[in-house]
Amino acid sequence: MIETLNTSVAVLILALAIFTIATRELFAAAVGFIAYGLLLTLVWVQLHGLDVALIEGAVGGGLTGVLVIASAARLRDTPATAAVRLGASARAAAAIVAGVVAAALAACVLALPDPASTLAPQVAANIAATGVGNPITAVLLAFRAIDTLLEVIVLIFALIGVWSLAPDGVWGGRPGPRYEADPNGILAYFARILPPIGIIVGIYIFWVGADHPGGKFQGATFLAAMWLLAARAGLTDAPPISRVWLRIVLVAGPMVFVAIGLAGAVTAGAFLAYPAGYAKPLILAIEWALMPSLALTLALLMAGAPQRPGMP
Amino acid sequence: MSATTIFGLCAAALVGVGLFGLIVDPQPLRKILAFNVIGSGVFVLFGAVARRGAAEGMGGDPVPQALLITGIVVAFSATALAVALLLRLFNVTGSVTLSSDAPHEERLDGGNAWRRRP
Amino acid sequence: MSTVLDIMTFFAVLTGAFFFLAGTVGLLRFPDTLSRLHALTKADNLGLGLVVFGLLPQAGGVSAGLKLVCIWLLVLLASATVSQLIARAARQHHARA
Repeated sequence: MIETLNTSVAVLILALAIFTIATRELFAAAVGFIAYGLLLTLVWVQLHGLDVALIEGAVGGGLTGVLVIASAARLRDTPATAAVRLGASARAAAAIVAGVVAAALAACVLALPDPASTLAPQVAANIAATGVGNPITAVLLAFRAIDTLLEVIVLIFALIGVWSLAPDGVWGGRPGPRYEADPNGILAYFARILPPIGIIVGIYIFWVGADHPGGKFQGATFLAAMWLLAARAGLTDAPPISRVWLRIVLVAGPMVFVAIGLAGAVTAGAFLAYPAGYAKPLILAIEWALMPSLALTLALLMAGAPQRPGMP
Repeated sequence: MSATTIFGLCAAALVGVGLFGLIVDPQPLRKILAFNVIGSGVFVLFGAVARRGAAEGMGGDPVPQALLITGIVVAFSATALAVALLLRLFNVTGSVTLSSDAPHEERLDGGNAWRRRP
Repeated sequence: MSTVLDIMTFFAVLTGAFFFLAGTVGLLRFPDTLSRLHALTKADNLGLGLVVFGLLPQAGGVSAGLKLVCIWLLVLLASATVSQLIARAARQHHARA
């Protein structure tokens, strides 16, 4: 019974991916990609990875989908690009290459070692020292904290990359166009009703991530999405990226993380090691500091490069 | 067929489909979508292998799953940067082709003011 | 008692799935955007309501049941807003074309 469900979901996902790749219209491909991302959440639930399901639905389906739909809408009316469609022989060669790669991966899947090698026993043995109940949170913030730190820094690098695409005249200006919506219309109404609920849900998901599926990445995505909704409805505007408070909030999270890591190097013997008994408060401090930075980073990544001058 | 095998084979097929789309489709936004399909196929492959490592009351090996959360967020940031580059290319040249011999209007001052080449 | 609840869950979720199917058939078969939106929004919301109603006995606690109902209300809000926006855009596109 479960196998029927898994097989149908797998076939559906494959069909959606083929549709996204093969359809002629750009906008249809973007919409198909959003549906594909949302259906992947179901795959994660079936694979018993609830934290991954949350982040896939929020970031993979939601944020990436908004990004892709917005750019597809802007590029939809471009004049026919001098697009050189590959000839039949090149397409056949591409199909052969893709088929070989897929077959190699399938062979690896079928040849996985038995019994499965796993790190779950080690995690279970050491999780009591961290003070958190959710093993994913323990791995993210205690056992492999260096990965999380580098990930946050990579996010900031990507943001700097996006900012560097600003034209000279609007350097340091406001990202994205000014969105106007009828203040009595339904979008403005929706953007007034949903953000309070969304902010509560986001903070709840962040808070409950210590012991249940959830965490700061999922919660930060909620906060970023609520801000995005308010901005698209014209209720708020993107701040100029040259503002000092914006840059302070962006780097505060990673700075606290690095500071705690260096303190761990001094007191516990290794970078990002936690002294015995202080693991839970330090983890909480890192999460509380990272949450606003992450939300702001994700929101600014969605907003894009500056397009308007900063001074009003 | 366990969940691992079904979703592992599906992931292999996704990587193949995405790779074909990446090579074949000339439109850059379609290439970005295909790249994301490849990425999500790799993630599902990871997750299928993590499912096999279920032990000690956990549904799956938590270390690959934590790495996947990192991977999904980083893939989103890469997509955001790629889309920003694409939109900048569109602003500067007026078209979104990656081929260098396509007709386009060149902005004389790097995209700061629109000026058509006579 | 739990058998009765299980039977109720089964039939409610089945009916909800049928309404989802009906909405999708409407999406595929109706001639223009506005009627498709109408079929999709109404049938999908009713279908989701029935699915949520069917899952309530299996929820395992009042707070989990309340969360399910909240999900249904939020989806109702979002789909009503989005269908209005799509309909307005479709009408403007139609008027321009």
